[in-house]
Amino acid sequence: MLLATVVAGPAFAQGAPIKLANVAELSGGGATVGTNWKNGIDLAIEEINAKGGVLGRKLEVTHADSQSNPGVARAQVQKALDGEPYVLLGPGYSGSVKVTAPLAAEAGIAQIMGGEAAELTQAGNKFLFRTSFGQQSSMPKVAKYINDEVKAKSVAIVWVNNDFGRGGRDVITREFGKYGIKVAADLSTEAGQADFAADVSKIKAAAPDAVFVYLNEEESARILKELKRQAVTVPLVGETTLIGQKVVELAGDAANGARGHVGLTTDAPVDLIKAFREKFSKKYNYVPDHNGLKGYLAIYMIKATTEKMGKVDSKAFADNLHGLTIKAASEPGILMDVTFDANGDIDRQGFLVEIVDGKQVIKKVLPKLN
Amino acid sequence: MSNLLDLLISGLATGAIYAIVAVGFTLLWQTSQTINFAQGEFVMLPAFLMLAAMHAGVPFWLAIIIGMLASMLLLGLGFKLLLVDPMLRHGVLPLAIATMALAIGIKEAVKQFFSAEASPFPSIVPAGDIAILGRQVSVQSLGVLALAIAAVIGLTALLNRTSIGHQMQATAQNPTVARIIGIPVERMILLTFLINAFLVALASLLITPIYLAKFSSGEVLGQAAFIAAIVGGFNQVRGAIAGGLLIGVVDNLAAAYVSTQYRAAVPMILLIGIILLRPQGLLGRAEERTV
Repeated sequence: MLLATVVAGPAFAQGAPIKLANVAELSGGGATVGTNWKNGIDLAIEEINAKGGVLGRKLEVTHADSQSNPGVARAQVQKALDGEPYVLLGPGYSGSVKVTAPLAAEAGIAQIMGGEAAELTQAGNKFLFRTSFGQQSSMPKVAKYINDEVKAKSVAIVWVNNDFGRGGRDVITREFGKYGIKVAADLSTEAGQADFAADVSKIKAAAPDAVFVYLNEEESARILKELKRQAVTVPLVGETTLIGQKVVELAGDAANGARGHVGLTTDAPVDLIKAFREKFSKKYNYVPDHNGLKGYLAIYMIKATTEKMGKVDSKAFADNLHGLTIKAASEPGILMDVTFDANGDIDRQGFLVEIVDGKQVIKKVLPKLN
Repeated sequence: MSNLLDLLISGLATGAIYAIVAVGFTLLWQTSQTINFAQGEFVMLPAFLMLAAMHAGVPFWLAIIIGMLASMLLLGLGFKLLLVDPMLRHGVLPLAIATMALAIGIKEAVKQFFSAEASPFPSIVPAGDIAILGRQVSVQSLGVLALAIAAVIGLTALLNRTSIGHQMQATAQNPTVARIIGIPVERMILLTFLINAFLVALASLLITPIYLAKFSSGEVLGQAAFIAAIVGGFNQVRGAIAGGLLIGVVDNLAAAYVSTQYRAAVPMILLIGIILLRPQGLLGRAEERTV
């Protein structure tokens, strides 16, 4: 046994594949999130390996299903960490990230995830990295948009009762307070909820100037349909989960007119993103949403950081990614220039989007801050 | 008040779909003592059969017909011959457990063959609104309600006004006597299974545009229909109809006036109350059984 270990050598021996572990929502309520994320990862790895890998070593990933359940996610992450991966990928749901982040931190393995809840990167975890904006970055932009452009004085907030939804609702409520915008209705809904008739009736009764919708993708599609069914005509504003590709596909006409802020969209007027969209659509026969982009970016974050270090060192990975700026000019796979701060939060350009005739139309590009 | 009207209409529309599913539930129980715990998955599956036909390039109307026929074949004939007939001779409980296994099997198969993600599903009722009593009411809600009521009236007419319906009722009430007076009991039982398959396919057609086609969507529906059948009366078609409508409305009112978190609990509380105070259900009749 000892001999076998010695002969096999250390896990990161020259030439051996670099092992990555992905734990994502491949079934359950977050299946859209996890499937896009996984496909993005696979596409990036295929590209990188076709060009010779990272520092001459191929990337290899294992995928595990969290079933969109934080308990299962924790067990799967523990199992994945036991395999000593170079970097842990996922999960996508904030609640699952929250319960798995301490495990990765304890193991000293960097975790690149898809969660957007504000609190995730505010707990001092030095191993956790986002692939998209956290709520503390995106919500102020949404509130400013509702105040400046929609000019709403009262807003109904519909949010999903999980870590993601609660986080978003808390930040946006605080931001509305700064502009003196009244919360006409504060409606919590359940993850996986199928019927939104009662919630929409309540929105109608509250007669707000706009509705802020902060649900996961499938529920967003269902409520958009119900809002249309019950003839709610006030502006519907949200974040990426309201105006993502999958939501538009599921909600059909009902998605038209929905608008909001997105950090990542495959409709972005960026040539590298257009090329990504084409490659992804060709391989998987559907147009990816922002989660597909996140998964793809996660792999290129690993590539850029590792190449900067000049070695495959899982313990030094997190330190090197903090404060790193990756430019699309030198690493096209990163698609847009991005900077990671000391908390693992990102700074990148964003977009204000409206759904017109079933397509995301970019209304405004919000530049990178630094 | 106007808000209440909206809630009642949308509650009745959903409740009417629960009623269709619950009626199928009670029919199977009455004629063959089958408690079908896969009834929710039976509602989920036809939508995927229709989607499969559409993916093969068939127009929507033809996909509906294909989906209906395939459902009757799989969920009617196949279900009876392959699962109910072999299991029923071992008793009601083993059969009930077998239907639970079937529910898991159908769910996992759909997840495997289609996807774990939700898919959009077209509506047979056009979108839009019409004004009723000065309120804008969704044509879809009214259309779903109208179709569901038409199905229930059609079924009631079949059971009460036709010879086949009388034979089915006789089979349900006393199969031995029915057999003695020359009623083809086996054929009547098969007919019940086919009617149930038709009803679940219809419910699937009506509910999927709202809930989206997803492998797990049967869980909510199966539970709602089961509660509706017990609340209304497990041994009466009209009880299942009343139970379905009641659960739809109560669920909607609970979500609006109690809380979204506790909405699922309210029908359960109603169920417990009914079991304690009126075990035969609101419109059911008391049955005595020798154990």
